[in-house]
Amino acid sequence: MIKSFVVGTFEDEKVLFPAVKQVRKAGYKLHDVYTPYPVHGLDKAMGLRETSLHTAGFIYGLMGTMIAIGGMGWIFAVDWPLNFGGKPHFPLPAYIPITFELTVLLSGVGMVLTYCYLNQLMPGVKKHHFSPRATDDAFIMVLEMTAGSNEEEMKKFLADNGAIDINTQVAEEGWWFGRYDRDQKLYREKEVVA
Amino acid sequence: MSLLKYESELREPLVDGAKTYHQVTEDIIKPIEGKPTRAWWVGFIIAFGLLCFGVYSVYRETAYGIGQWNITKTVGWGWDITNFVWWIGIGHAGTLISAILLLFRQGWRTGVNRAAEAMTIFAVIQAAMFPVFHMGRVWLAFFVFPYPNTRGPLWTNFNSALLWDVFAVSTYFTISLLFWYTGLLPDLATVRDRAKTKFRKMFYGLASFGWTGSTKHWQRQESLALVLAGLATPLVLSVHTIVSFDFATSVIPGWHTTIFPPYFVAGAIFSGFAMVQTLLIITRKILNLQDYITIGHIEAMNKVIVVTGSIVGCAYLTELFVAWYSGNPYEWYAFRQSRVNIFSPYGWAYFGMMFCNVVSPQLFWNRKLRRNVTFTFFMSILINVGMWFERFVIIVTSIFRDYLPSSWSVYYSPSTWEIGFYLGTFGFFFVLYFLFAKFFPVIAVAEIKHVLKTSGESYKNEMESMERMDARTFVEEEVEKDFH
Repeated sequence: MIKSFVVGTFEDEKVLFPAVKQVRKAGYKLHDVYTPYPVHGLDKAMGLRETSLHTAGFIYGLMGTMIAIGGMGWIFAVDWPLNFGGKPHFPLPAYIPITFELTVLLSGVGMVLTYCYLNQLMPGVKKHHFSPRATDDAFIMVLEMTAGSNEEEMKKFLADNGAIDINTQVAEEGWWFGRYDRDQKLYREKEVVA
Repeated sequence: MSLLKYESELREPLVDGAKTYHQVTEDIIKPIEGKPTRAWWVGFIIAFGLLCFGVYSVYRETAYGIGQWNITKTVGWGWDITNFVWWIGIGHAGTLISAILLLFRQGWRTGVNRAAEAMTIFAVIQAAMFPVFHMGRVWLAFFVFPYPNTRGPLWTNFNSALLWDVFAVSTYFTISLLFWYTGLLPDLATVRDRAKTKFRKMFYGLASFGWTGSTKHWQRQESLALVLAGLATPLVLSVHTIVSFDFATSVIPGWHTTIFPPYFVAGAIFSGFAMVQTLLIITRKILNLQDYITIGHIEAMNKVIVVTGSIVGCAYLTELFVAWYSGNPYEWYAFRQSRVNIFSPYGWAYFGMMFCNVVSPQLFWNRKLRRNVTFTFFMSILINVGMWFERFVIIVTSIFRDYLPSSWSVYYSPSTWEIGFYLGTFGFFFVLYFLFAKFFPVIAVAEIKHVLKTSGESYKNEMESMERMDARTFVEEEVEKDFH
């Protein structure tokens, strides 16, 4: 969906944190803050909830454990019971290494896939970048313009809170397939020709 | 903020010089954007040459059969499995640095983790090739995976340590790769956003998966890194434990010992750190990264080397003592006649191992030597040679004299194609490493920025005034300021 955004650049974390607080107090719609490294505490300051990715990891891991024990048990005790020098058909200690490895494997792979899905990360995915400095040395705060918002007032607000290089951008909010060596096109709705 | 970002001045700075965030980006990404240097080309061409020789050697072995190697019925594992264990051991440092040191909150890992993880992945690739080609009929290698087949179905033996190894090594490779690459995404996005040429924009655009640096994404990224570190920590320990089970669960004198798992893990970390030192000392010099991979980093790794080296030394002596104390004549014979006996055909390997792994690393107790780059480089090579000897001692000296003198082997030495395979993996390893150093950021840019304001030299100097304050002034000036 195409929307309008007011973008402000911050160069210091010390200025960024109070500004985030002020934005929430003033009730502006905070679209996102783009940072070059994980700024600890910023997610809390923005009011984002804790991620549940680790819970997903636990569930995937549990699946791995069950697949490993169930699979080996079925193969050795049910499908084709072989006699290895009179050893039991369900030798649990001998299953520990593979069970552990499959637990880790499924948990890790599952978490990374979930992570990519949630963050919409994939080769060929393109998104709107509000400022190239977001991956270099600056913290980019993006406020979304809603029906009732006043652009000049928002710009002034950002400037008062220490932002520099303030501008307005019209951008696609989500992601699309595209290449970074080509200019982006906004997919506006086609005008209906009578 | 000042309170959140406080670190004692007793800790050495992790980043030397007065750096800004932008300067960090510049320093680390610059080498990627320039043309490769002459040193890079020379190294790359040598590595590529070795790789070609390796490919031909492997071709000989595959086309004409395993008889191209000098291994026999008695010495069935020889150089091949020695090299497998050697490479997989080297592949342990990367995940140790990135996972275990992350859990232990060791700040210095940020400077070295990216290159060490890359080294891990490349080393595991080399390691995996040895058992695969040792099968002889390599086109049937997929038989090791348990899948419903038309041969019965004939399943794999889940009681076998060799099958555990298949699972351990492939899991280790996958998890290391994911850990490495998810950490790499933000830095590839940094390269992409600076890119000037069409190719670089496209390549890094694809490689960075469309990373933007959104706060929510970072939050998930940190959570992912922490959980993956938690998973990878026991994984690192499990992989070499399972490799040691290949030996320890057998009944061969010299292999059948319970000390193998911890002894192998310590040895793996020991040799892995030595290889990290070898690579990073060259990398920091060629790419001018002395400000990020500081003498402090090298010293920290040397401390790990001296600790693990001592553990390994302790294990060697324990193993020797227990061989005698057990009263098992076969076990004691393996040690008395084949290892500690300098006149045994492979006595040179045992004493070489003792010298390289146990005696020489003790020099690192000396702080001056620990902080000496040239000496560290020399030692890192020596340790890698020593760790190769260790695996050779374990494998060959335990099996070259079977129970019956009639099945004793003649003196085993490798054929040209056996050596060629080993050299080829060196070539492949360095080809991959050179490409990595040219096209990827060798230091985790985002992670350096994360610790810059606590551990950067210039920021630490600013904090010195705080160190000097007494408690009351500190509370009045700093804490009060933070709360208002």
